[in-house]
Amino acid sequence: MTMIQAINSALDVMMERDPDVVVMGEDVGYFGGVFRATAGLQQKYGKNRVFDTPITECGIIGVAVGMGAYGLRPVPEIQFADYIYPALDQLVSEAARLRYRSAGEFIAPMTVRSPFGGGIFGGQTHSQSPEGIFTHVSGVKTVIPSTPYDAKGLLIAAIEDNDPTIFFEPKRIYNGPFDGHYDTPAKSWAGHPDAQVPAGYYRVPLGQARIARAGEALTILCYGTMVHVVENSVTSLGVDAEIIDLRTLVPLDIGAIEASVKKTGRCLIVHEATRTSGFGAELLSLVQERCFYHLEAPIERVTGFDTPYPHSLEWAYFPGPVRIREAINKILRD
Amino acid sequence: MSDPDGIAGTEGQAGRNLPRLRLHVPEPPARPGESADFTHFEIPAAGAQPRPDEAAQPADMRDMAYGLIRVLDEQGQAVGPWNPKLPPETLLRMLRAMALTRAFDARMFRAQRQGKTSFYMKSTGEEAVSIGAALALSRDDMCFPSYRQQGILIARDWPIVDMMNQIYSNKGDRLKGRQLPIMYSAREAGFFSISGNLTTQYPQAVGWAMASAAMGDTRIAATWCGEGSTAEGDFHSACTFASVYRAPVIMNVVNNQWAISSFSGFAGAESTTFAARAIGYGIAGLRVDGNDVLAVHAATRWAADRARSNAGPTLIEHFTYRVEGHSTSDDPTAYRSAEESSLWPLGDPIARLKQHVIGLGIWDEERHAAMDRELAEMVRDAAREAEKNGILGHGLHHPMESMFEDVFEEMPWHLKEQQQQMLDEWKAAGL
Ligand SMILES: Cc1ncc(C[n+]2csc(CCOP(=O)(O)OP(=O)(O)O)c2C)c(N)n1
Repeated sequence: MTMIQAINSALDVMMERDPDVVVMGEDVGYFGGVFRATAGLQQKYGKNRVFDTPITECGIIGVAVGMGAYGLRPVPEIQFADYIYPALDQLVSEAARLRYRSAGEFIAPMTVRSPFGGGIFGGQTHSQSPEGIFTHVSGVKTVIPSTPYDAKGLLIAAIEDNDPTIFFEPKRIYNGPFDGHYDTPAKSWAGHPDAQVPAGYYRVPLGQARIARAGEALTILCYGTMVHVVENSVTSLGVDAEIIDLRTLVPLDIGAIEASVKKTGRCLIVHEATRTSGFGAELLSLVQERCFYHLEAPIERVTGFDTPYPHSLEWAYFPGPVRIREAINKILRD
Repeated sequence: MSDPDGIAGTEGQAGRNLPRLRLHVPEPPARPGESADFTHFEIPAAGAQPRPDEAAQPADMRDMAYGLIRVLDEQGQAVGPWNPKLPPETLLRMLRAMALTRAFDARMFRAQRQGKTSFYMKSTGEEAVSIGAALALSRDDMCFPSYRQQGILIARDWPIVDMMNQIYSNKGDRLKGRQLPIMYSAREAGFFSISGNLTTQYPQAVGWAMASAAMGDTRIAATWCGEGSTAEGDFHSACTFASVYRAPVIMNVVNNQWAISSFSGFAGAESTTFAARAIGYGIAGLRVDGNDVLAVHAATRWAADRARSNAGPTLIEHFTYRVEGHSTSDDPTAYRSAEESSLWPLGDPIARLKQHVIGLGIWDEERHAAMDRELAEMVRDAAREAEKNGILGHGLHHPMESMFEDVFEEMPWHLKEQQQQMLDEWKAAGL
């Protein structure tokens, strides 16, 4: 299965199992979403459970808060993560805090799905990675899969979760893994071990990282598309790196991070989002706080630059193999 | 949702002998494989709408928000009180600008399909909306467009090579390759930088207009959004501000019936018109045949005069049809009837103006065909010219380090550091 099919399958499984699950968003109904993630669901479950919405992100999330309060489990889609900002108040001040402010009387058990990240020539408004904004907010969970298998299992877990969850889908790898070589033909998920996705129900629990590659020389913390770019860079360099795919940023699998860095003594953090106040800064602090005496070299970060996402210079912006290789070499030199 | 009928009665209600509630989810009249049907549209005759005084109170002209201002009749004659009675040279200029917009769209759509750029959006069938308005505004009025108003730049004689450079993100691109193709910015043309985030330009246009009023200027602002975008909160904030401060602004809603795959019903079209959104805000609302360039021109002129005389803002709904896909990433046959565009009852804006000018005896089929050939050659030559500056992904872009410019007026230390780091990394990698 491709990642898109895996997401579609997770929604299908959950809609089948739980009549309270509803899917809503711009173009998700009849058409099945601009990325086809919700294809066929309206035909199967009807317009009361899968429906197109007006183009108002604050409306979509505000309505989902109300539906959640009624007892449903809405799975709203924000068409591109870049368009989540109009909904920010509903997410940050309302959905994230409803449980807290009502002392558990009301909850907002929604899973906000949204394609994010760059590498598709989407320009400034179809490329951003806003996960750091949400990890900074108390009360929302942030999940980012990097394989079809995880995408389905994590989405199921998120839908079952009673807290509001932001589920960011790395759209660059919707249809195939991307190793960062933009000038070579796109690969497909077919034949990839992580693309073997069971048809039925299974969960990948929130809060558990995945060791994408075991190794001894250094630890690389990453998620989403970057897992594949990092894997490729590590293979081409022939370095014995341990690659940790975080899978969920909140809650974070601190145990896996700590154990790995203590073992390797070196750490690289890679994400697409801009650098300053990005989630990498948080990871860096955590590693420094918990593994300082085990470190043999300064912790490095490869991230997007602190500029808006440029259209024609996309590949200079994107943290690709060139930048990752340089950072690995630097860490290993020290 | 345990109730198969929808978000309906809970157990508590079951014994109360109440009807089960039903959720209404709109459905367009026709889907793929079905025959399109526009018979439910009420299309008043050309010339039938009265023309209120520019200073009329919004409450005295409510009906204008529900009718349809039309000037060109079925025979191509200009009739009724909204006839702007334009001189021949203006009519021919309009015709040419609309035809050039269409030729430009055709060429750039093809360029995207040839892999020369990443993305394109056509305005086919909607040319009258931008061109009728652009020629009714003053050259120094400020436009806050959405992404389907390339016609404004063309009507303002902005060089098409410059537009193409932007589309190719090449070294001639005044925006330094930073924006998605078609997201132009041309301050000198009174064309505000386009955002991909829908409707953000609406309150901005109102703010510009308020500033102009506060400074005792004479310039006004105009803005455009699609009917789908009227659902955004920004649209409603903009209306409130415009109404409260009587801002000299024209707010255009381009109702082309579709917002990607969602028909206008998902923005509320089943219940009222988009022009009628104005009523609750106490703003003048006009509903116009968007495929009739004379009607668009006349309504815009009316609204501009109103704004300039401090009589307040106007909301204009342009009733039109999106003939082509939403963008090069879209396939409209997946969600709408294939024959819909050919059945659109308000015709093609270019054909309608052409019929009119031929009827006036100032144009003929031969000249029209010659113009189309000339424009096709012109855009082809312009595209070749632009391609000399590079196409997307072929290396002829602005220097890589330019990526860090303009984030702030002066580059702070961390961006300088990142800029140097990037150059070092590429150098170390031998690139
Ligand atoms: C805030 C925001 N939400 C969603 C989108 C994605 N999107 C781009 S165009 C579009 C449809 C807009 O339809 P409409 O306003 O009717 O304009 P049209 O394309 O028909 O001209 C959508 C949903 C966006 N660009 N910005």
